[in-house]
Amino acid sequence: MQKVSEKVIARARELMHDGTVSKVVGWKAGEFFYDCEPNVFETEESLKDLVYNRFCGANLSKYMIKNSIASGGEGAGKVLVLLKPCDTYSFNQLLTEHRIDRENVYILGVGCEGMCDIDRIRERGFKGITGVLEADSGNELVITTLYGEGKVNIDDVLLNKCDSCKGKAHKIYDELISDNEDEGPRGDRFEGVRELEAMSPEQRFAFWQAELSKCIRCNACRNACPACSCRKCVFDNNASGIASKANTDSFEEKMFHIIRAFHVAGRCTDCGECTRVCPQGIPLHLFNRKYIKDINDFYGEYAAGEEAGQRGPLISFTEQDIEPGHAVVKGGN
Amino acid sequence: MAVKIIPLNELEKLFAAVALTKKLYLPVEKAGQYDYAPWEPGTGYDPEVLHTVKSAKGVFFPQSEDLVRYKRDGFSLSIAQVAPEDEDFVVFGVHACDVAGFEVLDRVFLSDPVDTYYKARREHGTVVSVMCAKPEETCFCGTFGIDAEQPGGDVQSWISGDTLYMEALTQKGEALLDQLDGIIMDGNDAENRKAVNDAAEEHKEIMRKLPLADLTTDGFGKEADLLTLFGRPEWKELSSSCLGCGTCTYVCPTCQCYDIREYDTGHGISRFRVWDSCMYSDFTMMAHGSPRPDQLQRFRQRFMHKLKYYPDNYDGAFSCVGCGRCLQKCPISMNIVKVMKKLGGADND
Ligand code: SF4
Ligand code: SF4
Ligand code: SF4
Ligand code: SF4
Repeated sequence: MQKVSEKVIARARELMHDGTVSKVVGWKAGEFFYDCEPNVFETEESLKDLVYNRFCGANLSKYMIKNSIASGGEGAGKVLVLLKPCDTYSFNQLLTEHRIDRENVYILGVGCEGMCDIDRIRERGFKGITGVLEADSGNELVITTLYGEGKVNIDDVLLNKCDSCKGKAHKIYDELISDNEDEGPRGDRFEGVRELEAMSPEQRFAFWQAELSKCIRCNACRNACPACSCRKCVFDNNASGIASKANTDSFEEKMFHIIRAFHVAGRCTDCGECTRVCPQGIPLHLFNRKYIKDINDFYGEYAAGEEAGQRGPLISFTEQDIEPGHAVVKGGN
Repeated sequence: MAVKIIPLNELEKLFAAVALTKKLYLPVEKAGQYDYAPWEPGTGYDPEVLHTVKSAKGVFFPQSEDLVRYKRDGFSLSIAQVAPEDEDFVVFGVHACDVAGFEVLDRVFLSDPVDTYYKARREHGTVVSVMCAKPEETCFCGTFGIDAEQPGGDVQSWISGDTLYMEALTQKGEALLDQLDGIIMDGNDAENRKAVNDAAEEHKEIMRKLPLADLTTDGFGKEADLLTLFGRPEWKELSSSCLGCGTCTYVCPTCQCYDIREYDTGHGISRFRVWDSCMYSDFTMMAHGSPRPDQLQRFRQRFMHKLKYYPDNYDGAFSCVGCGRCLQKCPISMNIVKVMKKLGGADND
């Protein structure tokens, strides 16, 4: 990671210096080692704070809606964006939906060995976390805290999305800096879905009731989601009749999530942002993966964002398509 | 101070005794996360839990509450105001930062025009604070002059070893401890007072070591020049990746803005109020549109309010208590500390 990181930072500076790009969308060093923030760097000087490390989980694709469209114009130069392999699926999907101006973007694909989740480190009992050290070899992080020191296995504290990484191959880029062999997908990403499918409807209802009743309707999941790019969301539109700022009852709690999940079905690339950002730790990816699994079952394997310009099965009718009634039987429940 | 004590393993008895006559709120775990919720037998209390996701403010200022109900019946229309809180309740386990958060809300809701609903809850609620167990690296209550070792409220308490030590600070607090007579024991002797002091000293030691211990409010507050602060060019970069979500607002113990909305229930209309966020695009929407059309302006509003407008309105007091929730929960890791370090006094670099 160290080596890739140094190369990425050096290359971003070069591209800014030689005028290939006029802005860099990357991650900025935070107050602590783990709170790197997405940032738009507009000067060479500001790039001193650019970082690329184990805590750069945020997906930067969606920022390219604003930054690629706003760019353009005479001599404005391109905007450099750093994308991890999983982020490139979101970028492609946004291209498919004509939300990004490709001409104005320079993509630097960056290799990734898995991103860590500070919340998972905290869940393991670490409090007052002040530092981290990654050994050159092995798979351990040494965590220092105000109350002592301890070790964690990196595999135990990866972001949820990295548990079932789609693979290390970038699906779109102008230039690549990566040390990784693509070993294909990691883990079984439908395991959680199968567990839900095996439940009785009552158990499943109780599961979602407990999870969704924690929701504070902060909209972080929606606002972070690259598939949620509507200019005005129906839930923000006072004329829609369902605009709301809080879940005032348990019906509203569910409605928001079910509508959102349906709206991104077939377009969600499973980038994992919703689950990553939720302050209440709600496993939102399970909704999306259920739809992805069903789409795979009904229409054959399909990965949104695999290529730009794809036509997803839900928006391209073929005569072989499964009949709706049939789908219910096939889906079982 | 008159100290009362109870062994930690008997807290369940204490909770049950309180709950006999009053509703009791405390941090409750649900699907892996803690928030304030009503106590039920077996709920338990984990002193190691530092923060609930949402602050304790919701017990006095709920995320949504009905105010008026309209009902149409043929040609007649009935209008009923929802009655303000009229039953006593207790909130247990609040740390110094969240207690100070109540004071931030008090200045707004209890000054003219007084907020009836908030006032009723404040009057009926008794706050039992507990000195926090293990502060996190994100804590910076000291920056705002909050004394974490004297957590305040109506009853303040400390944990040392296997014992909870309690002390009443107000009449309401005394009444509560009197009611618990027989369950909590008198512990007003030198030994117990020493245990409390030692626990507080130990806590102070940790507070000194916190990474944000030196953060100051220099450059903000009443003395700062409003227009200079408002016009700082750094707001652009600070806000460049803000998602405009409501996370920072909704987890914050001091954010106080709300919206009033109406809902057609099918057989009537409910008028209710809900927390609002200045980070949202339709915040304070007017007939001509939004007064803050860009995220930069909305982002600036949140921090100017906490660090400049509020202090101007309330005699220099800040509208942040340094609980650190926004540091832990913002999806893009932007927060008030980063803003203060960027725009504040030279000492903060
Ligand atoms: S991020 Fe979590 S808490 Fe916020 S609206 Fe989405 S599900 Fe609810
Ligand atoms: S600062 Fe963070 S939590 Fe607040 S609105 Fe912006 S992205 Fe959301
Ligand atoms: S602004 Fe952040 S640190 Fe300050 S009181 Fe609100 S949540 Fe806590
Ligand atoms: S902010 Fe202060 S009072 Fe609150 S938990 Fe942290 S140290 Fe304790």
